[in-house]
Amino acid sequence: MLSSQTSPSRATIPPKLASVLQVTPMALVFLALVIVPLGLIFVVSFLDYNFAQVFPELYLETWVDVLTSDLTLALYLKTFKFLVIVWAITAPLGFAIAYFLAFHLRSNWLRTLLVTAIAIPFWTSGPIRMVSWVPLLGREGVVNQTLMGAGLIDEPLGWLMYSEFAVLVAYVQMLTMPMIATALNSMAKIPPSVIQAARDAGASEWQIVRDIIFPLVRPGLAIGTIIVTTAIMGDVVMVKFMGGSQVNTVGMSIITDLNAFMYPPAAAKSILLLIVVLSIVVSLLRFADIRKELRS
Amino acid sequence: MSTRKRPLSFYLLAGLTTVFLVYVYAPMACLYILSFQGPEGGMSFPMVGWSTHWFQTLFSGEGQGLGDVPGAFQRSIRLAACTAVLTLVISVTAGLAYRRKFPGSGAVFYAAIASMVLPGIFVGFGIALMFNLLGWQVNWFTSGIGAQLTWTLPFGLLIMFIVLGRFRSSYEEAAVDLGASASQRFRWVILPIILPGVIGIAMAGLTSSYEETARTSLNVGMGNTMPMEVMGLLNAAATPVLFAIGTLTTLISFSLIILSLVVMTQLAKRRSMRTNA
Repeated sequence: MLSSQTSPSRATIPPKLASVLQVTPMALVFLALVIVPLGLIFVVSFLDYNFAQVFPELYLETWVDVLTSDLTLALYLKTFKFLVIVWAITAPLGFAIAYFLAFHLRSNWLRTLLVTAIAIPFWTSGPIRMVSWVPLLGREGVVNQTLMGAGLIDEPLGWLMYSEFAVLVAYVQMLTMPMIATALNSMAKIPPSVIQAARDAGASEWQIVRDIIFPLVRPGLAIGTIIVTTAIMGDVVMVKFMGGSQVNTVGMSIITDLNAFMYPPAAAKSILLLIVVLSIVVSLLRFADIRKELRS
Repeated sequence: MSTRKRPLSFYLLAGLTTVFLVYVYAPMACLYILSFQGPEGGMSFPMVGWSTHWFQTLFSGEGQGLGDVPGAFQRSIRLAACTAVLTLVISVTAGLAYRRKFPGSGAVFYAAIASMVLPGIFVGFGIALMFNLLGWQVNWFTSGIGAQLTWTLPFGLLIMFIVLGRFRSSYEEAAVDLGASASQRFRWVILPIILPGVIGIAMAGLTSSYEETARTSLNVGMGNTMPMEVMGLLNAAATPVLFAIGTLTTLISFSLIILSLVVMTQLAKRRSMRTNA
């Protein structure tokens, strides 16, 4: 570490070279473990295979299958449906809670406490958080018991757990926090004098939110959207457990192929998924410069 | 200012925030309570007596279908510790590089963003495939740590950007003017200022390594990690043992978070006392 900085005599290494040396370990990790594997996946997607192995022969049927099958379309529609619903809930919710924390709370102490309370579950174990929905949403869970006790239903609702609904509940629980964090980060940079000026000029709270705060928070919401998009498009763990293996998404279909050792179709589906995710991310990045967003 | 009447929107938003916190914490609260379920009780309310039966089952390791929880825990901790140290060293070094412009800075930055946004299964599959083609065995120490680094390093780099974005270069210039060598500047000027952020990187590395499954699962080789073990238990043994595991892991991660917060605020306090003196 810091080979450039520990040299005994001064001004031996030019600063630019020092920077290149400092970034080399990270660059090597990304090269060896992200970029090379990416190339391999690309190559394998064009190879022939049978039930046990992959042959080094060109075989385009895999791609034809993946690109023309109705199943692919159905899987993407299902995954996009989750994405749109979760985004439509987490973005306004995240914005509203961040707005409350940034502009309504007057006590710094209370703000820190609430931000910590919102952040902590994000750092606790994912599988454990999923398990914790069973006592609430399960057949004998709190929600069903309450509804039956109140005489609203005669038998337990089966769709509360191990269903698409359960997947959505878990997604929203996990992904509202990044929306709050990115929106809050953008709001913290708005000078209070700007808000005060608008207020003095007679703007209503709604006008301030719509015309001043929202445009300035858009980059933060774009980054939050990127986090939500990549989390949902690449998810297999939540869908598998919360959906009780009943819900099939793009990620699940890749896992199914991998478990059957069908590497070329898994590779082709992965490449397609990658292209879709990266196009969404690139189009969202037009709203936000990540490096600028991180500067305070 | 503080006597100004609160608008209606304040109460609506306060209500919304409260509902959100209940939504986030209610399931967890149920889990903690149910982990003290009596021996006859099941995975939902009502409580059939209170006991530490399920914790005892967990520690004795004799529960039905209860695999190898202590082993998985050990593997996860070992993996998380190695990943955290590597993440810390590599991200801090790379972060320091970004204090000036250099050829290839954009390429590495976008590689980091790509590594972060790529679907986890995709990266995990790619690394496993590479090992397979090279004829190497996947193993927690090589492919396992490697797969986790693709997830933790981008966060480490972004945290370094935040930390160094607030770093005033005049401090370092002053040290240069006073004749400090590069290693002295790092040891006595840069490190003390970025230390809280550095601890943050280690913590983020530790916790995200412990949680990661999508990239790790295909690359750890023999034996499960803790999240994989829990997922396995979900199918094999649906008993309150799972809740006991939940309560214990939460306790451990809470202690880690609180410990690092305390250390970070102590460091910040010491620094502000020194600069004010």
